[in-house]
Amino acid sequence: MSLLSTLARLEAVRSGHAEPLATVRHRHLSDRPLVLVPLAAAAEDGAPLAVLLGTDRSAPRLHIVPQPLNRGQRYAFLAAFAADLLPYLESCAAEVERIEGSEKDPQTGEKIVTFRELSADAPQVIVPNHGAVQHLGLLGRATRFRRTAEDPDPGRYPAPAQVPLLGRWLTHLTDRAKVPGSSLLLPMTGLLARHWATGQSQLEDQHLGAQLAWHRATSELPGAEAARLVESGRDERGQLLHPPAGPTTDPRFDEKLLGPAIGRYDAALAALRHAQDEDGPESPRAQSAQASAERAVEQLRTLLHAVMLPTWHDVWHGLDLLRTLPPGAHLPERWESDRWSFTGHRERVAAGEPPQPRRDDAVTAARKLAQREREQVRTDVQEALDDPLAMAERRLAGEAFSGEVTELVPDWDTSGRTPKPRPLLTVRTTDHPHADLGREVHRAWGPSVQKAVITAVDPGQGLITVRVASGMGRKKEPEPGSLPAVGERVTFTLFELTARQSAPLPEPDDTPWTHGGPPSAAQDSPTAAEEWE
Amino acid sequence: MTSTVSPLQPSPGVSRGTDPGAAADAAVAAILDATVRPAARAPRGVVVDSPPGAGKSTLVVRAAQELVGAGERLMIVAQTNSQVDDLVDRLALKAPDLTVGRLHGSEARPAPEALRHPNVTASSKPADLLELDVVVSTAAKWQWVKDVDPWRHAIVDEAYQMRSDALLAVARLFERALFVGDPGQLDPFTVVGTEQWAGLSYDPSSSAVVTLLAHNPAIVPHRLPVSWRLPASAAPLISTAFYPYTPFRSGTGPGDRLLIPSSPPDGSAVDAAIDEAAEHGWALLELPARLTVRTDPQAVAAVAATVRRLLDRGLNAHSEQGSTPLTPGRIAVGTAHRDQAAAVRAALTALGVPVDSTAGPAVTVDTANRLQGREYDVTVVLHPLSGRPDATAFHLETGRLCVLASRHRHACIVVARAGIAGLLDEHPSTEPVQLGVTVKFPDGWEANHAVLAQLAEHRVRL
Repeated sequence: MSLLSTLARLEAVRSGHAEPLATVRHRHLSDRPLVLVPLAAAAEDGAPLAVLLGTDRSAPRLHIVPQPLNRGQRYAFLAAFAADLLPYLESCAAEVERIEGSEKDPQTGEKIVTFRELSADAPQVIVPNHGAVQHLGLLGRATRFRRTAEDPDPGRYPAPAQVPLLGRWLTHLTDRAKVPGSSLLLPMTGLLARHWATGQSQLEDQHLGAQLAWHRATSELPGAEAARLVESGRDERGQLLHPPAGPTTDPRFDEKLLGPAIGRYDAALAALRHAQDEDGPESPRAQSAQASAERAVEQLRTLLHAVMLPTWHDVWHGLDLLRTLPPGAHLPERWESDRWSFTGHRERVAAGEPPQPRRDDAVTAARKLAQREREQVRTDVQEALDDPLAMAERRLAGEAFSGEVTELVPDWDTSGRTPKPRPLLTVRTTDHPHADLGREVHRAWGPSVQKAVITAVDPGQGLITVRVASGMGRKKEPEPGSLPAVGERVTFTLFELTARQSAPLPEPDDTPWTHGGPPSAAQDSPTAAEEWE
Repeated sequence: MTSTVSPLQPSPGVSRGTDPGAAADAAVAAILDATVRPAARAPRGVVVDSPPGAGKSTLVVRAAQELVGAGERLMIVAQTNSQVDDLVDRLALKAPDLTVGRLHGSEARPAPEALRHPNVTASSKPADLLELDVVVSTAAKWQWVKDVDPWRHAIVDEAYQMRSDALLAVARLFERALFVGDPGQLDPFTVVGTEQWAGLSYDPSSSAVVTLLAHNPAIVPHRLPVSWRLPASAAPLISTAFYPYTPFRSGTGPGDRLLIPSSPPDGSAVDAAIDEAAEHGWALLELPARLTVRTDPQAVAAVAATVRRLLDRGLNAHSEQGSTPLTPGRIAVGTAHRDQAAAVRAALTALGVPVDSTAGPAVTVDTANRLQGREYDVTVVLHPLSGRPDATAFHLETGRLCVLASRHRHACIVVARAGIAGLLDEHPSTEPVQLGVTVKFPDGWEANHAVLAQLAEHRVRL
């Protein structure tokens, strides 16, 4: 936690209200996000119980598994979930952009112009918290290798047709969510915590309702008390006034309401089977048992809907809050990476490629790590450039300094054939950067990319002198406007303003002996993954 | 610049029980044999585990010499530019008949020490250096080298600091390799989450040696059994606290290393701590218990005052290498965080202690990460847990404490707030257990307690 965010938390404690950590919004928000609130059943890891989803805040759609341990019902649920989610994903690919690129012709070696289609939009799924992201990841892992009736060898338990496709998309979304700065799948708690500090711990912030309580706080009900009420306030039946955002449910809810409702459903189902066996499926007894089984499902739906609806509204409320912030300037650039990620995965699915393997091979894992590290650097830099508050964090950490130019002394590097401008720029600053002599610095918000080297530091006077080394044009005199004038405010960073390219890695088939050689193709075949049913 | 060079041959007169020199020589001979003259079906890698100051760098120079002597060319992979410069300097000095190439990035210029030798060629293009006996560069630079025939031999220095993904990118450049490193130092790290790969043998964020050993079970690591750096007062503690299953000993005996002040103490706690450290090799300068910000001003002031007095009192360091006065260049201050190092540097500057090595001999002030592989006569350490309200995995990491407590030839003075033992007891390790990940022993919690117990016997209250 940075000094600035610690300070913001302390201020939130004092004010009793969430305090801003950003002046702009640092994540792209779609015009048409899909909000998705999943619930998991207790007792079995990753067993789905229900999901509430939709793009219209006034019309959430609910899918439930009446008996979470019943595999048949689980896959019926997943089929319904897929039928609801996949059209949304597909709708984002309705329009495409043609992007011009160039490639080397493999035969002639000449450059040829190529066109790639890039989806003009991409899906954005907003879930309540990080636990929901993990839950979707587990669902993806459990379903992407399932065989369906369309497979040449469907096996004994073929899954409904769209289930493996749902699994591949959930896997893609959760994998993409691990890339810093990405916006295809975002947890609301993380979004809010990036932009506002509350007066509670980061652990407590993972409860969406409690975190939002700091935003709703009033002078009568300050944040800490409002959060406590959300976390532990119960009604006369002992149920939480504000159910947790999932995916796990409140144990008291499980015990007093959910368990008995599932029990009633089980009983109704048993009665139905009994009546059908004894009196025949069309008998009046069977029909009345059918009706009571349907009533039991309806009761379960009502129960789960009620317990998920507050979270549904919380997520939308969070979106409202985030929309009050103006978007950061670099968001379109990062969103384009998300669009490429979406387009690429769509193409892989359309091309009939197999699902993502169960485990990454050595090369893929290293590539993903390199990508995430690069994106982390890019996101940090772009956030600092987009938001003076983010830059202030870096300044406080000694990684940047801002100040007024007090002196500009023209000078030249005459070692080459033609003299090159290398002027000395002195900045008066109250910041305390880790400014070692000879350290390279980079000018933020300048007219062009500009590097300089620290040549003198006077901490007593707060003066830092740098020799500007680039970004002044090719002539002997610096281009007009390329250097700041005396009295102008400038900011230099000690970190580079672009992420470095990652080093090339071998192809998976060229995995070296140190890493076990090329991965065997058989290891990740889908059929190997179906031992559990 | 301080070199980590330690003599593999102890000076005459050092002997205690079985001769440490003989034990070390036998280990080195076995390693060189396996590297230069591998058996017919031997694995392609040789791994050497080296405790702090056990002559790892000397081993690298000797292995390079022997390989070239056997008619081979080789590449050497180190992890940082300063390690590469150090290595080039030492290679060129010890083996003037070798031709050494220093491959560097287009922006990073090699240090002058590395380039002062006539047998060193520096270039940013590998093609310029291919004919040379030895080519040295960082793993980061080697990853970009392409269109070259693989070398038959490579030496990977500080291999435990190298990440698995870096090895993945450079392994195509060589057929066989000697991996040398210290398993007790800091593990490589990343700023992004990697739980997804935890437990995979090739987890890209784990250490290169861990991956190598997992995929090449026939490789049995060699060990260097003697630390020439650590004094007799430190080796037993470091060995039991950080290397419980691979013990080592010091090359020198009690009384071989002496630190003698030339002026008497002024009665202050700082001077008492210096005297304690001079006599016993350890001192704990303890401030009253208090929760503080990371750059605890009082602790920083205590560190700075200690360094100032170390210089003012004109200490003389007597060792098997002779007697030398304790100059700024032989002192280091170690911290956990960069802002702490910056605060100490500012405090030292205010006391007139040189901290900028470009302007002459200076006290080194740096974080544990950057002190890895370095050696000094006296170190002053700001304890990673001093003044903290919690003990996080970062601050408990075994390697961090091990690096900080094993850089010295004579004495280590630790500055800390009281109450660390209680803090440890309130924060047992709670990291989630990952399936398939080898549990590291000892864990940081236990190692911290072991070091604290030793320091408690040398406590001076401020």
